[in-house]
Amino acid sequence: MLKTFPKGGVHPAEGKYSANNAIETLPLPKTVSIPIAQHIGAPSKPVVDKGDKVKVGDKIAESAGFVSANIHSSVSGTVVKIDNVMDSTGYKRPCVIIDVEGDEWNESIDRSTDLKKEISLTDKEIINKINESGIVGLGGATFPSHVKLSVPDGKKIDVLIINGVECEPYLTSDHRLMLEKAEEMLIGIQILMKALNVNVALIGVENNKPDAISNLQNIVKDYPGIEVHALKVQYPQGGEKQLIKALINREVPSGGLPLDVGAVVHNVGTALAVYEAVQKNKPLFERVVTLTGKSVKKPSNFMVRIGTPVSNLVEAAGGLPEDTGKIINGGPMMGKAVNSLEIPVVKGTSGILIMPAELSKRKKESNCIRCAKCVSVCPQGLEPYLLNKLALLEKNDKLEAGGVMDCIECGSCSYTCPAGLPLLDYIRLGKSRVSQIIRSRKQ
Amino acid sequence: MSKITISPSPHVYEDTTVKRLMFDVVIAMLPVLAISIYFFGMGAIIVTLTAVVSCLAFEWLIQKYMLKQEPSITDGSALVTGILLAFNVPTNLPIWIIIVGSLVAIGVGKMSFGGLGNNPFNPALVGRVFLLISFPVQMTSWPVPTGFSNSYTDAVTGATPLGVMKEGIGAGESVSAIMDKIPSHMEMFYGHMGGSMGEIAAVALLLGFVYLLIRKVITWHIPISIIATITIFTGILWMINPESNADPLFHLLTGGVLLGAIFMATDYVTSPMSVKGIWIYGVGIGLITVLIRVFGAYPEGVSFAILIMNAFVPLINMYIKPKRFGEVRND
Repeated sequence: MLKTFPKGGVHPAEGKYSANNAIETLPLPKTVSIPIAQHIGAPSKPVVDKGDKVKVGDKIAESAGFVSANIHSSVSGTVVKIDNVMDSTGYKRPCVIIDVEGDEWNESIDRSTDLKKEISLTDKEIINKINESGIVGLGGATFPSHVKLSVPDGKKIDVLIINGVECEPYLTSDHRLMLEKAEEMLIGIQILMKALNVNVALIGVENNKPDAISNLQNIVKDYPGIEVHALKVQYPQGGEKQLIKALINREVPSGGLPLDVGAVVHNVGTALAVYEAVQKNKPLFERVVTLTGKSVKKPSNFMVRIGTPVSNLVEAAGGLPEDTGKIINGGPMMGKAVNSLEIPVVKGTSGILIMPAELSKRKKESNCIRCAKCVSVCPQGLEPYLLNKLALLEKNDKLEAGGVMDCIECGSCSYTCPAGLPLLDYIRLGKSRVSQIIRSRKQ
Repeated sequence: MSKITISPSPHVYEDTTVKRLMFDVVIAMLPVLAISIYFFGMGAIIVTLTAVVSCLAFEWLIQKYMLKQEPSITDGSALVTGILLAFNVPTNLPIWIIIVGSLVAIGVGKMSFGGLGNNPFNPALVGRVFLLISFPVQMTSWPVPTGFSNSYTDAVTGATPLGVMKEGIGAGESVSAIMDKIPSHMEMFYGHMGGSMGEIAAVALLLGFVYLLIRKVITWHIPISIIATITIFTGILWMINPESNADPLFHLLTGGVLLGAIFMATDYVTSPMSVKGIWIYGVGIGLITVLIRVFGAYPEGVSFAILIMNAFVPLINMYIKPKRFGEVRND
């Protein structure tokens, strides 16, 4: 029996149209808009000015605290301005806008493709390097990676978990990386193990990617301590808490972090970025983005420079389909619908999904029939029908007691509801109200 | 790119709808309906049609003219209520009584609480129990299952096996002597006995159960917890004294146990939300059923048992919660 998490979960249609298409390098755009806030934490402070010349990999914005990240130029050229541009949140936010001139890289970056296996840096140096290189969680959460590696005193980490689950339907960027960059990824994992001082790393991959699993299994033999585990296909297995439960059967306590159960989780894409930063001195300025959808002519996986407008990817994949009804930044379960193709690709962009109009509408709403399907699919063991009602009634203390803060917003409840109720919409609303209350209580 | 939809996640949905679930229940009831027509003839058809048409009509009328809302009779829930009400009455019941029963089921049992999803009690059972109390004679005259030629208006009637058993034990007869007077277990299994229209054929009910499980309309928990409780409870009584207590199989095959366990106790609206709660509910229904049958005044108690446990559902939902992820700390 394949491992999986025991409680709840759903299995939406996979739609991985781009799974067999190798990663292509997207041609350089004319201009890039690089947001200074593309990670969780404090927005970075720009260190360039209008008119400055930059090379690929030059730092253009500096980390503004411990939970923050450096940002590097993804192109060479001239800084045109620092201005507000709409990003995937729908808000205009400050971006460094650079006109592209050629493709000149910072000399310190090792551009050779040779595999560099020896890890010469110490654990502290590795963490500094990762911090310096602006690496954040590339699974989509964009939490600065050096923070996760800096284990507080008194906490003991004994296992590193690598997330290659890619449980979101449609997305295939991690899948392609596990096929095409497996060796680099494994060295990246070794680097992370050294930084954390752990001897065990478990890679979790869902069983709908058998080629990735066998590819990793073939080469992982040369990397002691690293194991590859095939997991049963079940959404939301890529959720940190669900993945830890599935792989090592430990339950992150409510309100706690993975390090409370001795684990740290990093995404496969992050492991690759760590390899490139530590071994090749290459900061994070490009990533793999899946551009896909039912009507997309050429579903693709692109290697994209950060700051490239999404419209460039759409053009490269055969243009925007005529029946387009929705454009989603991310996967169909947790991604954000956007209303412009001019938003820039950021560190957290794992895919752009284009939905045809007929799949863009919600189900018609009717009365809750108390079928309890939402209760049975909730991976956090909550009662979505009840939280929905409490949120509507603004019963904030009951919401808090009902565990609304434990909701991981995976959307399984709304996905499964036969009455078409937008359960997660109201639960999110309730959650934000409750978290405000909790914050004001602490002050 | 003229019309782009913006909405929060998730952006995909399962294709299950309330309508599909309701029509799956209707499909699951078809074998039962077929066997009832086979044994009771025209009566079964007339009773079912009357109940269905009047349930749909009352729902439409009440929504349209009293509640002033968009009628939702196409969602299939009133259809299910209608068929279930028909399943719970004898096939020679006068048409006007069925109409009264439908009005009580839909009007009192469902719409007075706010319609689908808000009713605490199973509407079909509200209708049935109302009729049982108001028209005890008509509700307990059971046509003998002679076959399709069975007449609706002047069917030959007889007692149900449960009735015979209750009366016999009350009169001091031994169970083995009573058993000779009623159909064998095998005949009961395929429905050759008197009773309410939908409760006679265990084989058809079980077929419907399997269909509901395959289509994932219900889970096994409610039916199995009820059946297991009745089996164990009546099994203990039977082992204590097999001459004054019927065997467990007799209890499962007669009366409304299977109909209730598979089609009525599993009603989404009136059953608990958590698996733990469902066990309490199912065991409760089983216990109350046996208590009424063995120690109570009525020969049959499934309807009362389900309604009583329906009343406990809000309480169960309030106090029995699913186990949350991360609730117990790993130390």
